[in-house]
Amino acid sequence: MSYLELLKLASPEAIVTLTALLILAIGVATGRGTVVAGVSPAKPREGAAGKAASTLICTLAAAVGLITAIAAIVMLPPKADLFPGMLVISPLDSLFNVICLVLALLTILIAPRETPNYGEYIAIILLATVGLLLLVSSEELLMIFIGLELTGLSLYLLTAFDKSDIRSAEAGLKYFLFGSTASAFTLFGLSLVYGMAGSTGLAVIAERLNTQALSPLLFAGLVMTLVGFAFKVAAAPFHFWAPDAYQGAPVSSAAFIASGSKVASFVVLGKIMLVGFRPIQGSADWHAMVAGWSPALAVLAAFSILIGNLVALVQSNLRRLLAYSAVAHAGYTLLGLVAGGREGFSATLFYTTIYAFTLLGAFGVVALVRRETGGDDLQNFAGLSARSPLLAGCMAVFLLSLAGLPPLAGFFGKFYLFSVAFGAGANHGLLWLVVVALFGSLISLYYYLIVLKLIFQTPNVEKFGASPIGHSALSRVTIALAAAVVLCLGLAPQFLVARILAALP
Amino acid sequence: MTIAWTVYITFAGAIAALLLPRTFSRWIALLTAGAGFAISLYALFGRDFELAHFNTIVQVPWVPALGMNYHLAVDGISLTLVLVTSITAVSSVLFSWDVTERPNEFFFWLLLVVSGSFGVFLSADLFLLFVFYELVIVPKYFLIAIWGSTNKEYGAMKLTLYSFFGGALVFIGIIAAYVNGGSLDLNQLAQFQFDPQLQRWAFPILFLGFAVLAGIWPLHTWAPTGHVAAPTAGSMLLAGIVMKLGAYGGLRVAMNLFPQGFQIWRNWIAVLAVIGIVYAAAVALRQRDLKFVIGYSSVSHMGFVLLGLATANVLGVSGAVLQMFSHGVIGALLFAVAGRMIYRRTHTRDLDDLSLMELNRALPFAAFVFVVASAASMGIPGFSGFAAEIIILIGVWKTYPLAVWITGAGMVLVAAFTLRALKQSFFGTEADARVKNVKRVTMLNEATPPITFAEKLGAGLLIFTTIAVGVYPKLLLDRIQPAVEAMRFLKAGG
Repeated sequence: MSYLELLKLASPEAIVTLTALLILAIGVATGRGTVVAGVSPAKPREGAAGKAASTLICTLAAAVGLITAIAAIVMLPPKADLFPGMLVISPLDSLFNVICLVLALLTILIAPRETPNYGEYIAIILLATVGLLLLVSSEELLMIFIGLELTGLSLYLLTAFDKSDIRSAEAGLKYFLFGSTASAFTLFGLSLVYGMAGSTGLAVIAERLNTQALSPLLFAGLVMTLVGFAFKVAAAPFHFWAPDAYQGAPVSSAAFIASGSKVASFVVLGKIMLVGFRPIQGSADWHAMVAGWSPALAVLAAFSILIGNLVALVQSNLRRLLAYSAVAHAGYTLLGLVAGGREGFSATLFYTTIYAFTLLGAFGVVALVRRETGGDDLQNFAGLSARSPLLAGCMAVFLLSLAGLPPLAGFFGKFYLFSVAFGAGANHGLLWLVVVALFGSLISLYYYLIVLKLIFQTPNVEKFGASPIGHSALSRVTIALAAAVVLCLGLAPQFLVARILAALP
Repeated sequence: MTIAWTVYITFAGAIAALLLPRTFSRWIALLTAGAGFAISLYALFGRDFELAHFNTIVQVPWVPALGMNYHLAVDGISLTLVLVTSITAVSSVLFSWDVTERPNEFFFWLLLVVSGSFGVFLSADLFLLFVFYELVIVPKYFLIAIWGSTNKEYGAMKLTLYSFFGGALVFIGIIAAYVNGGSLDLNQLAQFQFDPQLQRWAFPILFLGFAVLAGIWPLHTWAPTGHVAAPTAGSMLLAGIVMKLGAYGGLRVAMNLFPQGFQIWRNWIAVLAVIGIVYAAAVALRQRDLKFVIGYSSVSHMGFVLLGLATANVLGVSGAVLQMFSHGVIGALLFAVAGRMIYRRTHTRDLDDLSLMELNRALPFAAFVFVVASAASMGIPGFSGFAAEIIILIGVWKTYPLAVWITGAGMVLVAAFTLRALKQSFFGTEADARVKNVKRVTMLNEATPPITFAEKLGAGLLIFTTIAVGVYPKLLLDRIQPAVEAMRFLKAGG
């Protein structure tokens, strides 16, 4: 295989990397302000106009780069496999690469352009995106780990990016410590699996495991691998970083952690479990549990749903509330994997995709409100509908979709997940998990409605002034776009479901 | 066929009311609701389709990968309920003619409830039905939490969580039917023989889930608080439409899909229904808030619906459907008087306070309407309530003779609390004031706004309907009965 061909097949990743480097160069060239920790950013050397121009160039370059990468994916051959498993091109990978790129693009569009060192910020988002692409399009444990690390390290940086805010630093440190520990566990688990199976390719592992019983050593490897992914998707009890990271990080970083990173993690988790570890799935049926990864994921899911929803009830900060609801949603999403099979994977992928768009939009609204009112406690959202009917309407779409109400995408997603889980297994053995999930949904409606009540009802707008929230056309268009996606996928879920089902072997 | 347009027009009207300038919103709402009414009347008299079976109107693939279709159908039962929905919609718009606070959002939510309800009554696909069913939940919350009165946040949240809880139960039942029956089409599933073991547990879950909205005892407690907290139009929609959604779902989905499960559990439904009738009537007797009285009377009247369904014979079930129609109209009328005509003018609904106000002389039209509504509610012959309840009781006599006796006692209680509310609210006398040692505060001398034309029109429509159906119930029964006879639980029973 020639290098040219390799470059052609890896062109999406290459394009995004080049764009990142280019933007980094632009950022450095156009004057970065020196910033001392704990002090508001120093004035940039050029005038405001020059800075605005340079940030605009960065945004444009990133957008062009990402769109070119999407175009490159479309032009890839439908099926290819480089260095058995290391870089795979399949309809599924292409679909989710495109979704990750779109999510990255939306994140960049909602990122406030007043961010100090804007160029670097965008470059790191793009590098994280490269990690996501690698993660999605590999079926080999080593590459998966590299993808995880590249994404992880970039996200730690993004979390701690706001140097003037001590909470951001705290969140970054917490995220980093948890993340690196989880990575260590995963790496150890992967090495055990490698020892047992003699290969790092998922297909080969599946073949080897077919002939083996579930030995304690293999089980240890399995559980340790799961720890890393449970951390990534913020499933309880590995979720402790999430509330701090979601609350402390710059809003757009939190949005990216909650959307792009989560989608890619679920894709690769599904691949590892359903392809590599297929022989040791086990069963989570009530009264008929069989050891394997399925019961382990079922327990994670049940814990996440209960803990996430119950703790979210008492939050007074919207970002923290969204973080705990993210824990719960990780639980719902795992339901599809617990059910297993093609249908189950498809339900999980659909749900994680729409969830990503929903949360991205919700964080977009949070970012605008935060810029206007100086905070993101629930009280800051009081009377939002009087100040900006558009943002309030979009927020209603996002929150009601999270609660799972029609005609929004979240409703269909939940219906799909729960019906798949209900139908899987003999004699409706997963009914217990579906009941837990429904109970969790019931709880969640309460806290979403509390937020919406504040947004639509409270008349004391005087507190933050009745001024309309303005001067951010790009963010508002992006948010409206996300809301439109959530609404359209609710009205016509066929659009995505058919694509996912067609892409799954 | 035209009747599907009720759904589309109402949705379009909701969005138009939201986006167009505020001054137009109430006219848009009235036009939309009126169009829905005209369409359903046309369907009632047009006779351009056969009503004995659940006939498909529209069928378009929606999510073929999962077997979901956009599938609407209509039979006599659906048509009756669409009609009552549209009548309640028109009158509730007329009774909220004075909403000045954020009118465009108000009418948006109101029309969403109406269109979702039309959708439920016409859906022939389980998933579609559930979509419409859940779609109604959130608008109710906002209607009550923003425009409501007494204890509105509590009432709104309680109502919403109860609805969602019921929805979760329904959800399990629907998935059970879907996964086992392999289809979401109601007509196909109605032919499918479900495993008796499955029916034994799936039926009660599904039926109870729906019955939460129908106000089944002991899951009825959302109804009084919700009704009291809601704005006038909200209470009218709750009583007139939303409670019917539950009963309709129980009939169309739970009973029709799981006939054997129904046979196993129907005695329990009858017991709960009878308890509901008597208990709610007894509680209503002791209420001081006029809207609480009416709220509990709604629970009591819906008990008749559930009792009629539990009989599993043609008369009982047809009577139950007629009672849904009848209570929709009468309940809306009662709430219109209490919420709009009285409360907006006196700012109190406390019966003791009202009894001192000489309202019969201050608001003679309101007094007239309330007398008519009370008579209809008590089951005086000539009104639709009598026609429906007598048919139900004849049906019940065949299966549960004992229940008729108990229910008869319950009807006496209904008459008692209705007369008490009527007397105290409009016909308080000098003697009452003397007993309580307070002075009469007459509303005559104050600048009491007169009853507006919109109110008269709305009340007139509802009164006309209840009398028309009471005098000539055959109009609806001829359409309901064949549709009921086509349902299979009648054949499975014996």
